Amino acid sequence: MTDSGGQTTNRVVAKLRSWSANAIEEVIEYRGDTTIVVPRKVLRSVAEQCRDTEELKFNLLTDATALDRYPLEPRFELNYQLVSIPLKQKLCIRVKLSVSDAVVDSLVPVWPGANWLEREIFDMFGIQFTGHPDLRRILLPDDWEGHPLRKDYPVEGYRDIPAIATRYTRSRP
Amino acid sequence: MSAIGTTPFGQETVETAIGPTKTMVLNMGPQHPSTHGVLRILLELDGETVLKAIPDLGYLHTGIEKSCEDKTYSQAITLTDRMDYLNPLGNNLAYCLAVEKLLGIEVPKRAQYFRVLMVELQRVSSHLVWLGTHAIDMGAMSAFLYCFREREEILKIFEFVAGQRMMTSYIRIGGLALEPPTGWKERVEKFLKMMPGRIDEYETLLTGNRIWLGRLKGVGVMSAEDAVSYSMTGPTLRAAGLAHDVRRAFPYSSYEEFEFDVPTRTEGDCFARYLVRVAEMRESLKIVRQAMEKFPAEGPFRTEAPGIIPPAREKMKTEMEALIYHFKIFTEGFAPPPGEAYASIESPRGELGCFLASDGSQKPLRCHFRSPSFINLQALPKLVTGQLISDVIACIGTIDIVLGDVDR
Repeated sequence: MTDSGGQTTNRVVAKLRSWSANAIEEVIEYRGDTTIVVPRKVLRSVAEQCRDTEELKFNLLTDATALDRYPLEPRFELNYQLVSIPLKQKLCIRVKLSVSDAVVDSLVPVWPGANWLEREIFDMFGIQFTGHPDLRRILLPDDWEGHPLRKDYPVEGYRDIPAIATRYTRSRP
Repeated sequence: MSAIGTTPFGQETVETAIGPTKTMVLNMGPQHPSTHGVLRILLELDGETVLKAIPDLGYLHTGIEKSCEDKTYSQAITLTDRMDYLNPLGNNLAYCLAVEKLLGIEVPKRAQYFRVLMVELQRVSSHLVWLGTHAIDMGAMSAFLYCFREREEILKIFEFVAGQRMMTSYIRIGGLALEPPTGWKERVEKFLKMMPGRIDEYETLLTGNRIWLGRLKGVGVMSAEDAVSYSMTGPTLRAAGLAHDVRRAFPYSSYEEFEFDVPTRTEGDCFARYLVRVAEMRESLKIVRQAMEKFPAEGPFRTEAPGIIPPAREKMKTEMEALIYHFKIFTEGFAPPPGEAYASIESPRGELGCFLASDGSQKPLRCHFRSPSFINLQALPKLVTGQLISDVIACIGTIDIVLGDVDR
């Protein structure tokens, strides 16, 4: 993106910093996109600020997803992609989580559209969302064991592996 | 995919004119024809009125995101075709844009225009399938046959250009798979001449049809505020009155050079969604026409990036380096610098995004698709609560879900 993109970003970051000095841990500018890394504790209030502040107006939560940096710690990163329809700007909010304490505030109270996205993250990564109205698996069956998109879950899965092949697959964590 | 979990459901007592009675739970799907795939919905009914709806999905989950992590960047393109099978070119485009963003490479204008052309034809074909199948759901058999007749013409163009009718994998990282063959212009031209009249034909069959109006008007109303808060995008959002279109708001692939309208309605009901889609087909034809006129006769169809993008066929036969690059790209792949990228396009169903994270190896660390069907579907309970059971079908139809895209 050009300079105008940079200015928007600075405005967004400045606005959030003026609201709370500790709201942003880190600002990442990469390939024209802006990502702000926020502490886990303030995620929901930052989201509310982004939605409600007059100059930000991030009214649409387009995407939420996690990624697993196993074996690094903190291994999980949650990425929320926000779009402001009236102001035509984008922002990504990132939260880092460690595996021993993979709990974060749900954003369903801010955007009801986060409901299934968070259920999918819970299903695939096992990250808990406090305050989620209906946190259960969405794509996999209820009795599924493990969280497949974690890096320590083998691509071929655990099920339906012939006995002879199990010797060559990684052991179950 | 899960049952209803701990949610209290069914067998509740409701008051009726003849005294208290129990509600009924109806299991709709997963093999219900109107769900256009395998979607199960648990409906709690009071007579014919829906009190509560719980969608249950995952029957078509194939773990595409996990599989992508085990493939090189170029291998994963074939998987993206198979997500939203009515919009494979769009899926290719979203994925390739994300990879290109990660790599920081530019695509030649010639390839960009041709991508636009193909994706817009795909949009028309996707809307045609939607219109035809939705008309069948509503009891109008003939529109289906007409829609599929025209869709066939689009698929023939795809076959001619890419060698495949549906899973084309035609859009590749850095450009296109093949140079468009001679004679494509005549075929597209012929199609563009025919199509506007055919859209008029569908409209004479449906737009003023009393049964069609009765089934769609005022059914499944979604306000603009609700649609945004439920993260809905695409025609469902535009039918509620918000002119948000990724092609306009965040142009990609040179969309800023094209002139087109973003059709909107304000009613937010099923009929508005139908009108928006029909209007979008006409706009897409305009874009295809412009892309055809802009398309330069000469130039590369793929960008030059040694070691990342496969070299031209002729070069491979004369230059040793080109041959080595070709071999290395297809055996071990290429490694983008570490970082994350999110690219999104306007698919026929809404915003289709691709989130890619690289750790500097030849395989993606994470490949996530923001599929519009999945996210639009979560508003279904909101749409159908309080409606009649027959309206559930109209609502599912006009959200326009593709289960391959929902479950991935």
